[in-house]
Amino acid sequence: MIVRLLTEGQYRVSDEVVKRLDGLDDQATAALDRDDEAELDRRLEEMWALVEEQGERVPEDEIAPSDVIIPPSDLTLEETRQLFHGDGLIPDIPGL
Amino acid sequence: MAGLLSRTAMIVKSKFSKLLDRAEDPRETLDYSYEKQLEMLQNVKRGVADVVTAKKRLQMQTSQLEASVVKLDTQARTALGAGREDLARDALQRKTVVQQQLQDLDQQVAGLEGQQEKLVASEKQLSAKIESFRSQKEVIKAQYSAAEAQVRIGEAATGIGEQMADTGLAIQRAKDKTEQMQARAGAVDELVAAGTLEDFTAGDKTQLDRELEQLTASTQVDAELDKMKAELASGGGEKKELEA
Repeated sequence: MIVRLLTEGQYRVSDEVVKRLDGLDDQATAALDRDDEAELDRRLEEMWALVEEQGERVPEDEIAPSDVIIPPSDLTLEETRQLFHGDGLIPDIPGL
Repeated sequence: MAGLLSRTAMIVKSKFSKLLDRAEDPRETLDYSYEKQLEMLQNVKRGVADVVTAKKRLQMQTSQLEASVVKLDTQARTALGAGREDLARDALQRKTVVQQQLQDLDQQVAGLEGQQEKLVASEKQLSAKIESFRSQKEVIKAQYSAAEAQVRIGEAATGIGEQMADTGLAIQRAKDKTEQMQARAGAVDELVAAGTLEDFTAGDKTQLDRELEQLTASTQVDAELDKMKAELASGGGEKKELEA
């Protein structure tokens, strides 16, 4: 599967890594729901480290959609919420 | 509720999905998408330039403050040598304030450097993907009659759209950080202007400069007076001056 570390790039990872990401994702989602920023940051950092260590970088000229996208770990809780609600953290592509 | 990762993926992909529905002829989608990619590449280049400008400004403030640390240190020594401990203390206190400001600036410069690296990496990725997209789109257009081409158009557009959303976020974050830094750099300028933290490196003199000058001047006057007194005491000093 292809995983994108948002603002960083894409990696190819094994099913084993995806399984571990799923577990961390559940914990991160729960942390976000109870406003636990420290826990959320820790889980996101773990996910980033896992992908960077176990994944293989997708060549820069290869164009492929990602199966999983992981937000940056240094987002504040407020930024993470913005990512999912309201106007969103990611700007619209101009002209669309 | 869906997990964090699937929600993120959905949001990132939705940024570009409008494009796919836009044109009736999918081949137009490819050309339009390519134009958008080039615009995005310009945006990221501008973003890098903005970060560099902000960094330069902070670096200029840093070297100004560094010069004032050296100057205040020299002033403190001069004052202490002249027996004016009060002035020396004043100079050293100001030096401490400036040094704290310097530490803060160093951190800000490092923060901007991180943003710059991220953006440059983003620019490189996007630019490589655009180049690849450009050649792929011609191939896809040529075999458009095949049903497979439809799928490939969707994949290529979604893939590149995701990269654009990624780069868009990188630009947005760099912009936010740069604006914060500019506001803080402006605050330092304002402090300087308001005299709260005097700009020791500017041409105009500070109170400390003036006092030190007066001190030097009065020391010189005292020395000259002493010299004159000595000459008068030995007799004929005044006459010698007149003859000369």
